[in-house]
Amino acid sequence: MFSPEQAIDRLTLGAAPEAFQRMQATGVGPWVEQQLDPGAEPATLAQRLSELPSFGLDPASAFDRYGPKPGMRQDPSARMAYRKGLHGLYLDAASARMLRGVHSPWQLRELMTDFWFNHFNVFFHKGLCALWTGDYEQTALRPHLFGRFEDLLLATARHPAMLFYLDNWRNAVPTSRGGHDHAGFNENYGREVMELHTIGLHYSQADVIGATRLLTGWGLNRRRAFHFASRRHDFSLQTIRGKRFAGGEGAIIDFLRFLARHPDTARHISFEMAQYFVADVPPPDLVTHMAARYNDTEGDLKAVTLAMIEHPAFARSAAQRNKFRTPYRYTLALLRATGCELDNIKPLIGTLHRLGQPLYGCVPPNGWANTQAEWLSPDALTHRLNLAVTIGAGWMKLFADQPHGHALPLVPVLEALQHTTLHSVLASARSAPPAMQTAVLLGSPQMQYC
Amino acid sequence: MDRRTLLKLGANVLGMSLLPLGGAAWGARLEQAGPRLVVVFLRGAVDGLNVVVPYADDLYYEYRPTIAVAKPGSANGLIDLDGHFGLHPALAALQPLWKTGQLAFIHACGSPDPDRSHFEAQAYMETAMPGIPSTTSGWMNRLATAMQLHQAADVVAFGATTPLIVRGPAPVATFPTGRAATHPEAMDRGRVQEAFDRIYLNDSRLGGTYREALQTRSTLLRALDADMSASAQGAPDSSGFPADAVRAARMMTADPKLRLVFFQLGGWDTHVSEGAGTGQLANHLKPLGDGLAAFTAALGPQWRNTVVMVVSEFGRTARENGNRGTDHGHGNAHWVLGGAIGGGHIYGDWRGLSESELHQNRDLPVTTDFRSVIALIAQRHLNVDSAALRAVLADYAPGTASLDRLFA
Repeated sequence: MFSPEQAIDRLTLGAAPEAFQRMQATGVGPWVEQQLDPGAEPATLAQRLSELPSFGLDPASAFDRYGPKPGMRQDPSARMAYRKGLHGLYLDAASARMLRGVHSPWQLRELMTDFWFNHFNVFFHKGLCALWTGDYEQTALRPHLFGRFEDLLLATARHPAMLFYLDNWRNAVPTSRGGHDHAGFNENYGREVMELHTIGLHYSQADVIGATRLLTGWGLNRRRAFHFASRRHDFSLQTIRGKRFAGGEGAIIDFLRFLARHPDTARHISFEMAQYFVADVPPPDLVTHMAARYNDTEGDLKAVTLAMIEHPAFARSAAQRNKFRTPYRYTLALLRATGCELDNIKPLIGTLHRLGQPLYGCVPPNGWANTQAEWLSPDALTHRLNLAVTIGAGWMKLFADQPHGHALPLVPVLEALQHTTLHSVLASARSAPPAMQTAVLLGSPQMQYC
Repeated sequence: MDRRTLLKLGANVLGMSLLPLGGAAWGARLEQAGPRLVVVFLRGAVDGLNVVVPYADDLYYEYRPTIAVAKPGSANGLIDLDGHFGLHPALAALQPLWKTGQLAFIHACGSPDPDRSHFEAQAYMETAMPGIPSTTSGWMNRLATAMQLHQAADVVAFGATTPLIVRGPAPVATFPTGRAATHPEAMDRGRVQEAFDRIYLNDSRLGGTYREALQTRSTLLRALDADMSASAQGAPDSSGFPADAVRAARMMTADPKLRLVFFQLGGWDTHVSEGAGTGQLANHLKPLGDGLAAFTAALGPQWRNTVVMVVSEFGRTARENGNRGTDHGHGNAHWVLGGAIGGGHIYGDWRGLSESELHQNRDLPVTTDFRSVIALIAQRHLNVDSAALRAVLADYAPGTASLDRLFA
């Protein structure tokens, strides 16, 4: 298939000490098979997650506990408590994501979470999305990463975070009454569910209008749980992309399934996945191969992923180490290479912000780009090197098992990175001042790529 | 570490060849500073009909029962521009520029491509090649080549990423926004940089970017120094667009070679609860207007040879939608500011808001191609000759008669 270090590069968030030996012992083929059928987190990690106060809270409970309270506008202390609650929700979601990214053995699941969150992006700081973003990742995305695309699509379509983010909870037939004062059409979700989530740019404005009308009433109830309100729905017949849909909730589900199974979706998803995992300009034959697999399996994401990994283009590209890491992937790769136990993620929130990729912080619905053209700039490189020094020299209080202010031990980092770092860099690191040796390894040119 | 020390450190590290000349020499070079262009991209499609409002047209109030901005003279009402159009009250800081002819708008302007996808339309506006999705270079990058700008520090995009509009063969720099931009960094320490010099300077993939990083950091350190001496005069030391815009002005004053600047601001996709004289849109317009006003002031005499263009991928629907917001539209108001432009005028071919004039009975039409504005600025302001301009705008033939007085 390909070598252990290539598997670590392309199918994990970065090399950790001893990862190479473990991969070699398991064998790349069996390891990939295990990763495509991931299991539970190890007990220590599961314990850390369960200690996060809002972890696993369902949307309605989150709304009750952390949502806006009546009379809050006039009460500064209530407003302060509300903001504090939202900040706690953010820390919990970001901690869960990063703890798993650094410590979970199910690394492909963590990469896929990054990939699919980005594909079905929601912005944490848009109003009530803050209450639900953690749950969105946990319940709408993670269970479906290796399942069928249509299940993933439907789970996002029904989740309060997406309904709020792309405004479909407000999309209603204008004559309808009930719930909201300003009922009317809203095209936001109807457009993006086609353009960004499924078929790509292959739609017309008439399709947007049809989809918008069909999607009316697909929203939230008073407790802010998913709810289809037939009295807010436009039951008239809609024609979208040449297919006719009668009204009703069943027709909406039919429409989403129709989009999920469309060949344009197969190509769109395959291209994006290949761009994320293989190359900024993915080889066309690889995309065609993946799309064919998608069509043959009605969008079985495990099959599509495997088709990508087993295609010769995957190994060819991995050998070149030509994927420039996004700020998120670079930061996680740094943390993993240290082999230290991540304890405090707070400093990393600002770090990701400065690097231009704040976690859950992408405002527009197309998510972050993952190409070198987008992320490599002189200023970005300066930031990355500063971060390598800040972490390597121990200036950032991140780890439970390391004294703050002391350079991190060199040996584990060497151990993690030796297979992908040039000899000349290893030599430079050894000749650097002791406090800088780990930092030089972490900030090497090879660390910028995978 | 204070900024003075930081600057010295930077100077030590970077060596004399990259050091700025002395203050007096800057002064001499300022005289030679060539014409500048600043582009501000409002991502998400700003609602131009609520920015430059045809308040004399009753249809405007008919189309927008809850989000129309009130007529001039009312509470939170418009600022009258010419008896027909009014400016959103959150942009009050720009009123003096309008009155002195340093601010103009081109209404019903935009891209001829009719699609209403944010991402496609932004790409077309950044490449200036509407309908050709395979274009990989941005028009500001091609413009840099046409202006013979060959140093990364000559073209600066603010923000953490490299937006398409500046991508391409010509080198460009990005600068951080916000408060963190002024913080000392690990790389400013000599020993840290030496260690990375050894592994980066000759790296085949990243060596060039690394060298540009050193060079642009030195430019930033210079700007920080200018910023520091100006802060005694009350320059803002905070985050947000006004602070970033003032920082850009300081950099432009400190470095005459810096000729092209790009900013991007988000949050304009007002599908829900857009607001009228106050509210969501107003909250986004206020820092934009205040920042542009502060920018012009901070540039001082340099404002005379600077032009600012404010653009957005498309406009929004003429009628409000069912959620007190607006959906994706077509034509929009583009802004041009400059110390020496023919402003105080609404340019373009305005055809009113009647159903028959609206694009698909829904949006403002595009009656002025945004590329005519670029062409005009490139030729009349940046002195790009027509042969070089063809490489910037490729197959586009400029036809700018209706905008003639913008650069008399």
